[in-house]
Amino acid sequence: MSLVVDNKSAVTQNLLEQLQKKSGKIAFMPDAEIISAIRYLEDKGIPNNKHEDYKYCNIEAVLRKEFKSVEQSFNELTNADIAPLKIDEAINLVVVNGVYNEGLSEKMIVKGLTVKSLNELSSSEKNILSSQAKADTDALIALNTAFSANGLFLQVDKNNVIPMPLHVIYVNSGNANIVANTRSFINVQANAQATLIESFYNIGSAKVFSNFVSEKCVGENAKLICYTFQNEGPLSYSVNTNQVKIGKYSNYNNTTMTLSGELVRNNHNVVLADSNCEAHLNGLFITNGTQQVDNHTLIDHQMPNCESNELYKGIAKDRSTGTFNGKIFVRKDAQKTNAYQSSKNILMSDDATINTKPQLEIYADDVKCSHGTSTGKIDTEALFYLKARGIGEESARKLLLQAFAQELIDKIEIPSLQERVLHLFEKAL
Amino acid sequence: MISIKNLHASIGDKEILRGINLEVKAGEVHAIMGPNGSGKSTLSSVLAGREDYEVTEGEVTFNGKNLLELPAEDRAREGLFLAFQYPVEIPGVSNINFLRTALNEIRAYHGQEEMTAKDFLALVKDKSKLVELDSKLASRSVNEGFSGGEKKRNEIFQMAMLNPKLAILDETDSGLDIDALRIVATGVNKLKSKDNATIVITHYQRLLDYIVPDFVHILYKGRIVKSGGKELALELEAKGYDEIKKEFEIAD
Repeated sequence: MSLVVDNKSAVTQNLLEQLQKKSGKIAFMPDAEIISAIRYLEDKGIPNNKHEDYKYCNIEAVLRKEFKSVEQSFNELTNADIAPLKIDEAINLVVVNGVYNEGLSEKMIVKGLTVKSLNELSSSEKNILSSQAKADTDALIALNTAFSANGLFLQVDKNNVIPMPLHVIYVNSGNANIVANTRSFINVQANAQATLIESFYNIGSAKVFSNFVSEKCVGENAKLICYTFQNEGPLSYSVNTNQVKIGKYSNYNNTTMTLSGELVRNNHNVVLADSNCEAHLNGLFITNGTQQVDNHTLIDHQMPNCESNELYKGIAKDRSTGTFNGKIFVRKDAQKTNAYQSSKNILMSDDATINTKPQLEIYADDVKCSHGTSTGKIDTEALFYLKARGIGEESARKLLLQAFAQELIDKIEIPSLQERVLHLFEKAL
Repeated sequence: MISIKNLHASIGDKEILRGINLEVKAGEVHAIMGPNGSGKSTLSSVLAGREDYEVTEGEVTFNGKNLLELPAEDRAREGLFLAFQYPVEIPGVSNINFLRTALNEIRAYHGQEEMTAKDFLALVKDKSKLVELDSKLASRSVNEGFSGGEKKRNEIFQMAMLNPKLAILDETDSGLDIDALRIVATGVNKLKSKDNATIVITHYQRLLDYIVPDFVHILYKGRIVKSGGKELALELEAKGYDEIKKEFEIAD
């Protein structure tokens, strides 16, 4: 099975061949998109560090080194496997190795809520798939489109407010190297409101390359509060792409917490497609060992009177690497835009690396935009102050790092999720 | 309580303390005065364990222990307290959490159990009265957004909470108006006992009207050049530092 792969196109070719052998025909994805995806991949290949957007995140090298052979030896999971991952306050839905698993998901009839697999979409609903994530824009989206597993479709019908959080547990598990192309579509229609938690786990004994694509639409005057909880562990390499479009007077709010994973790349792209809407993206990561976390955001202001806010914080320990690359577009029509971006990082060792790159492209003339980024070591004055009061070096460090992260942890309004994050965060300190 | 012998300290290549000798006993209040740059703050930093300074010579014994061998946190746990000239703002760490952690780590060092939440809060309530500190400040982040006076009062509040054997007040009077100065001084005086000692480091005599010292030492160019009773401070106030400078310039 394992082929010797030593150049860029060979990596892509090898992966395509392996995945093609293992997967059947995808019925729910429009044929044209699949063709476009394969073409794009054959043409561009999987990105490596020569690619500007993947400069600090060499996906091609990961596939070459860790996924020479893809066994797709998936594990079946039981309720007992899922139970510890659940969140009590929420309706828990389960996606295993990219496939929506109705049996493991909680069944609850909630007015205005539709949950089904992508295969179950009606022919008219199918048109909406890949409307936000175009295969010819990014190689990982293309890969996902070509080999998309039967993922999750979630819709909140117009004028409905879902009273409890919806928790989607994306869990991968294999006995030997697997690649999971997980796909979801979240559609919050006009005047609707929902809170969504998306959790990512790997509970198998083998390495996983998780290529996740989620399309999210937030309709007019609708609100979607999202929490992304990433705790995939040292055997996981993941690319998570969120393609979000939000409408007039709508509100989209995401907080991404990255607590483990050997490589975690987040592409969070939000289009503010109509006037008077707002988007808030927050992120917190802590890395150790040789971990790599790479947050890429793109906020696209297309229309007037909109607001966006970004706050990302990271702590890099040992030989780990953290990256924040945030781009804000303010297009010609997007007058009266308010866009703010801030990235703050702490380096805990001389061998840790932080890369930050804020980018503003402004084509309108009446806007307020600002960005700021800072990277430094822990505040030695504050550390001395704590020690001078009898607090030991280690507790003092922890206290300061917790204080640094608190602002983001406070944004989690679901108590048991907040507790889970805090627990893992403290453990990682 | 504390015995400082021939203490030399430098930062980089620059020697700042050039042979300090000082003996402070329980129940005493010592004032250390001196012009700017004489080494006052260096002395307090070296005693508290700030790592920027290198001790090149001399010894310091604190309650029978070699102070210079201890890390900053252990010095505090042994009962040494430094009221900072510039208290540090620590956003995100609440005053309460900070103090509870400090108090419990000190207790653990002495083999004592953690204080219960109830006892701790009672202590906070009691001690914050001492410096007329608004109880709301206790729940705010350490020193964040505090006025100059509030920061200094917070230092004395922490001192009251931790109940040190030796308190070093580093220019606690700087930047305080007369009302704040009085509150701070009253707090310090109330905490005074026959078992603890205080070193007041100041540029001005004014504070010493409120905290009356048993001994006054004049620090100049890294050495204590003159020691006396409280009247020495008044003399210094009358003559100014220029006299001292003239007198000891030759010795330099």
